[in-house]
Amino acid sequence: MDRTTTEWKLSLNARATILAIMLLVVGLGVWEGLNQSPLLGGGEALSEYEQLLAGADESAKVPPPSEIAVKAWQELSNPFYDAGPNDKGIGIQLGYSLYRVLSGYLLAALVAIPIGFLIGMSPLAYKALNPFIQVLRPISPLAWMPLALFIIRDSEASAIFVIFICSIWPMLLNTAFGVAGVRNDWVNVARTHELSSLQTAFKVILPAAAPTILTGMRISIGIAWLVIVAAEMLVGGTGIGYYVWNEWNNLDLTSVIFSILMIGVVGMLLDMSLAYIARFVTYAE
Amino acid sequence: MSHAFVEVQKAAKRFPGASKEAEPLTVFENISFQLKKGEFVCIIGHSGCGKSTIMNALAGLDQFSEGSMVMENKEISGPGLERGVVFQNYSLLPWLTALENVRFGVRARWKGWSDREVTDHSMKYLEMVGLKEVVDRKPSQLSGGMRQRVSIARAFATKPKLLLLDEPFGALDALTRGVIQDELIKIWSKDQQTVFMITHDVDEAILLADRIFLMTNGPQARIAEAVEIDLPRPRQRASIVKHPHFYKIRNYLVDFLVNRSSELRTQEFDGQGLRYPTPVNPVQLEDAEATTDSPPASPATEPQENLVKFTPKEVRHG
Ligand SMILES: Nc1ncnc2c1ncn2[C@@H]1O[C@H](COP(=O)(O)OP(=O)(O)O)[C@@H](O)[C@H]1O
Ligand SMILES: [Mg+2]
Repeated sequence: MDRTTTEWKLSLNARATILAIMLLVVGLGVWEGLNQSPLLGGGEALSEYEQLLAGADESAKVPPPSEIAVKAWQELSNPFYDAGPNDKGIGIQLGYSLYRVLSGYLLAALVAIPIGFLIGMSPLAYKALNPFIQVLRPISPLAWMPLALFIIRDSEASAIFVIFICSIWPMLLNTAFGVAGVRNDWVNVARTHELSSLQTAFKVILPAAAPTILTGMRISIGIAWLVIVAAEMLVGGTGIGYYVWNEWNNLDLTSVIFSILMIGVVGMLLDMSLAYIARFVTYAE
Repeated sequence: MSHAFVEVQKAAKRFPGASKEAEPLTVFENISFQLKKGEFVCIIGHSGCGKSTIMNALAGLDQFSEGSMVMENKEISGPGLERGVVFQNYSLLPWLTALENVRFGVRARWKGWSDREVTDHSMKYLEMVGLKEVVDRKPSQLSGGMRQRVSIARAFATKPKLLLLDEPFGALDALTRGVIQDELIKIWSKDQQTVFMITHDVDEAILLADRIFLMTNGPQARIAEAVEIDLPRPRQRASIVKHPHFYKIRNYLVDFLVNRSSELRTQEFDGQGLRYPTPVNPVQLEDAEATTDSPPASPATEPQENLVKFTPKEVRHG
């Protein structure tokens, strides 16, 4: 009985892997195949481009996977080259983006977690701050950009500010929610052991709320990574968002698709690292 | 000035009524009792009569609406390490291992101790409750009985002067409960702490207690009587039931819970002064009845007879 269940589980994983690979192969195959056929390659789908850009050749088509693979190989084998402002390796561009995301994100954590703690502990603070949060939270982070550029007068810092403002809300609200939801029994344990407020905060409330706080941090890093691409398209100069837009202007769709894939991969890695950290603070009741 | 170790006087708990005009709800009132040092007192009564409220007030986690509480001549006005608490739901911190949970208490109690001393002391108490092998497990990896042992180890390890137990075995099966009761007796007879414990289990109360407080049903509950258990110690679960007095005591308690707890209207007993629970010894009571050859008195009248004989000590506030 046991054996059959484990076998079945193993085969489930194995079958899922096989299915995923099949989907990938079929998907890429169809894409590649359509590209060869006149239907997509020269016909309807890209006819608008062709009308717009008279005499457009092969380069205006959506490139096939094979071309992207070649491009990826080139880029990834030398990710950190720097040949002037408009020609930097993908590693450098991603590095700029990561730097902005992490600075804005960490600043946001430094602000959001203490304030979230305060709001979670004190109903007064909650009631007083809640209206502000409710108004500020739904504002698209990019709407802050002109104001930030005007006040800060520095595109780099403005991008970081936009990341800061978009990652603050999930962390703030989740911290407040986690802290407010700490079981009274656990707080009573601290009280009967005469812990000071500071000790109670660090030895009981923080570990109790940590899984919820980490969930907020995970949501925030996801949002920050979504927003940085758009922000960099706006401010320009460096970063993966700028890179995508720049390659689009160059009509280098191969690079565009390659960088889209890289955005996805880095976003996944960011999420996985937060999930990994969360494993250390989760507990079962 | 009271000489009792713990003294509760004229305690009451009231909640505001549902609407503005409604009468406030009085859960209990005019509750006074004393605990002697080293005494093991159990309190039994039906659900909702206010046992947990009394205990939480003694722990400093809740407050009476009226009345005063004094321990060693000091007013109780908040939680403190000299009073340890074991809750029914164990209240272990789930992100800490069994050892870390006990260390948490010991560290809070003796701030100057080295890590080594804290660990050694904690281990000693975990060994006492038979958990030496599983000290590195988190509460979620322990059975209910094991969790409650950790909780008991934590409470005893901090050596509180007064230990408060709120239905500590309520969630455990009978077998586990018996084993932990034995451990509780063992650990208590070593340290001779004063223990105040809520229980629903009459047998458990007889096994453990020096005195059992009987609480009438709420609202407006009272502690009607304090039943003295003079069975010899050390007591053992297996042999105590063979003691000739066991069933006399047990019947008396069960009769109280089944019949008298709802019939007794203890307001009638309330004089103007302090009223302590009437001391009762079911064994002597029964013997007295047997010798006077009277028919078994209706139980409801007994406490009143007793009350007449009992003249409460007037205790002035310190
Ligand atoms: N906020 C409240 N408002 C009104 N009644 C309450 C409130 N909290 C508790 N009570 C009442 O207080 C009584 C005492 O509860 P508790 O001390 O837990 O009883 P026990 O431990 O003896 O079962 C219960 O009958 C409950 O209904
Ligand atoms: Mg209770």
